[in-house]
Amino acid sequence: MPKKINLNRVPIPKQEAAERARNFNEVALGYSEEQAIEEANRCLQCPKPICKEGCPVNVDIPEFIKALREGDMPEAVRILKGKNSLPGVCGRVCPQEMQCEKTCVLAKKGAPIAIGRLERYVADWERTHPQTAGKQKDNYAANSSKVAVVGSGPAGLTCAADLAKMGYAVTIFEALHVAGGVLMYGIPEFRLPKTIVQGEVDYVKSLGVETKLDQVIGKIATVDELLDNGYDAVFLAPGAGAPMFLNIPGENLSNIYSANEFLTRTNLMKAYLFPEYDTPIKVGKRVAVFGGGNVAMDASRCALRLGAEEVYIIYRRSKVEMPARLEERENAEEEGVIFKLLTNPKRFIGDEQGRVKAVELYEMELGEPDESGRRRPIPKPGTEFTMDIDAAISALGTRPNPIIPSTTKGLALTKWGTVKTDEATGRTSRERIWCGGDMATGAATVISAMGAGKRAAADIDAYFKGKS
Amino acid sequence: MYRILAREDLTPDINLFKVEAPEIARKAQAGQFVIVRSDEKGERIPLTIADWNKEEGSVAVVFMKVGTSTRKLACLNAGDNILDFVGPLGRPTEIEKFGTVACVAGGFAIATIVPIARAMKQAGNKVISIMGFRSKDLVFWEEKLDSMSDELVVTTDDGSYKRKGLVTEPLKELLQNTEVNRVIAIGPTVMMKFCSLTTRPFSVKTIVSLNPIMVDGTGMCGCCRVSVGGETKFACVDGPDFDGHQVDWDLLMSRQRAYLDEEKESVKLWDSRTSGGKSYA
Repeated sequence: MPKKINLNRVPIPKQEAAERARNFNEVALGYSEEQAIEEANRCLQCPKPICKEGCPVNVDIPEFIKALREGDMPEAVRILKGKNSLPGVCGRVCPQEMQCEKTCVLAKKGAPIAIGRLERYVADWERTHPQTAGKQKDNYAANSSKVAVVGSGPAGLTCAADLAKMGYAVTIFEALHVAGGVLMYGIPEFRLPKTIVQGEVDYVKSLGVETKLDQVIGKIATVDELLDNGYDAVFLAPGAGAPMFLNIPGENLSNIYSANEFLTRTNLMKAYLFPEYDTPIKVGKRVAVFGGGNVAMDASRCALRLGAEEVYIIYRRSKVEMPARLEERENAEEEGVIFKLLTNPKRFIGDEQGRVKAVELYEMELGEPDESGRRRPIPKPGTEFTMDIDAAISALGTRPNPIIPSTTKGLALTKWGTVKTDEATGRTSRERIWCGGDMATGAATVISAMGAGKRAAADIDAYFKGKS
Repeated sequence: MYRILAREDLTPDINLFKVEAPEIARKAQAGQFVIVRSDEKGERIPLTIADWNKEEGSVAVVFMKVGTSTRKLACLNAGDNILDFVGPLGRPTEIEKFGTVACVAGGFAIATIVPIARAMKQAGNKVISIMGFRSKDLVFWEEKLDSMSDELVVTTDDGSYKRKGLVTEPLKELLQNTEVNRVIAIGPTVMMKFCSLTTRPFSVKTIVSLNPIMVDGTGMCGCCRVSVGGETKFACVDGPDFDGHQVDWDLLMSRQRAYLDEEKESVKLWDSRTSGGKSYA
């Protein structure tokens, strides 16, 4: 059935920028049924679907889109979840433009299928139709091996789900008081509602995965104690770890936050509902956010919603070099975040109470490309100026948390302190210990962590099959 | 959920909970802490481990009613549950045979110094303890600390019990008259600061247990950062014990005050809902 190519990507409805900048409700509202089918109908159903190659967890993309447009939603759910245990999360936060939508044949014409939005539509349909969706009652052959998964973020949840589907007895150890890792403490409610995350955690649990909360591995039990006490393998996915600061004078003044702290207070502890919730947060009127990644966008947009009047993103390079997703950058700008580019901080200035009251900045210009391929920012002498602020947030990335490496003998590390890990299999220098996610790669995306979880699950299975 | 096995009211505002947490009890060491969250809306707050019992599978914590979180905890009784109880966190206190160790504690930190004094004694040290309180009605665990100390001095600010004055006075006399190899000082920040100032001229290594505001307690957020010897450290994973002569005390105190207004607002709301915090709304 030769079809006329339709290049009209169906836009996703959003809350108005001015309104959404003052609330924590989800920004993107999701497709209606008509919109989803209209978008799904654009899919060419390529005989060799290269979109799949762009997906780190190899979702059967044309197949679930076909089921969707034929109105067989339970089948669409089944296909999607066959490969991806967290579709409601991925449909919202994956950088599809760099992955499946980049390789979609229609991308060449500038109108790739909105795979992420369709994925979200299918996941949300399942959540709102628990009766008709039907439970996946695959009969997983029980397996005698037990696996401990450290961390319940995207890597841990994916690895646990895949192993459970293969019949392994899986226990997740989570340090915080809820499962979900960065999906709970990091990514804000308005981008990824926490009920969606908990729905996907519940799905993973429904596969038979046990979750133990409040368990800091390395403290309450070491990795070796897990291996000595009944677990046959351990998958380490404890996440990004320790925040980095600017290393400039004054940065321990009050109301200067790491993005981790700012986002944890806001998202995990629900400081935006203070005093109904007990955890406070301070933004004041003017907030400076340092960094140019997705976390800087999240933090700046949270600051607006917490009541700040002016929020600045201060970044030492230009907009082109910003690592944040284009969509997030646009969302932030639409909401009123002000970008101060080619600008770098020199020092913070405090008041007599020890609270930050200003930051001294200076201008930069771009020189030759550095080892990252981006043009190196160079200070412009004599350009110092001072900006009054009430709060500051460092969104400069993280370095690995040392708790697990320092308590696990013989676990080889890289010079950055991440765990030396074989990318294809997740294997570490220690037998029976696998690793994935930010602990292996340094800060990266949700979906790349999920891909690592998936590959490790497959390799753990291969390891035990080879043993028996 | 973590069940409270026993509650003891040490003073009207200082309570002890013995909490069922067998895995933590197995690993706990002197100087470590737990992060506690009382209910769904609660803050995560650090409480020092005051005692543990491996056989019973229990961990004891002592807290003073100051803000909303501790008011909420104080409403709980034996048989009730604490929502979250995470640990043991932080590095244990360095215990070895130093010779003579002075253990100095103020107020509810007596509960923190007891396991340290015990461990120091067991390691073969001569332990001289100094405990200070505001007044007689706030004194607790005198016999307990006495039983693990070779000498014990008790002070009250108002002189209503034993020696009148602050702990720094007997500490200074001790250093003048005896060779002390290590001082452990735990209590309110200002007390730890002045103990460190007192010991500095004598060049006796002085370990303090810092109590900045924390959120996750596992090194993830950096809220608890302190400056020690000019370097930024995270109290939750690098401490809570540090060399008192290296600590930037003014910075610590200003960071501890960061949310004073919000704390007042929160307490006001809590008290209005509970008619003075007698029970959960």
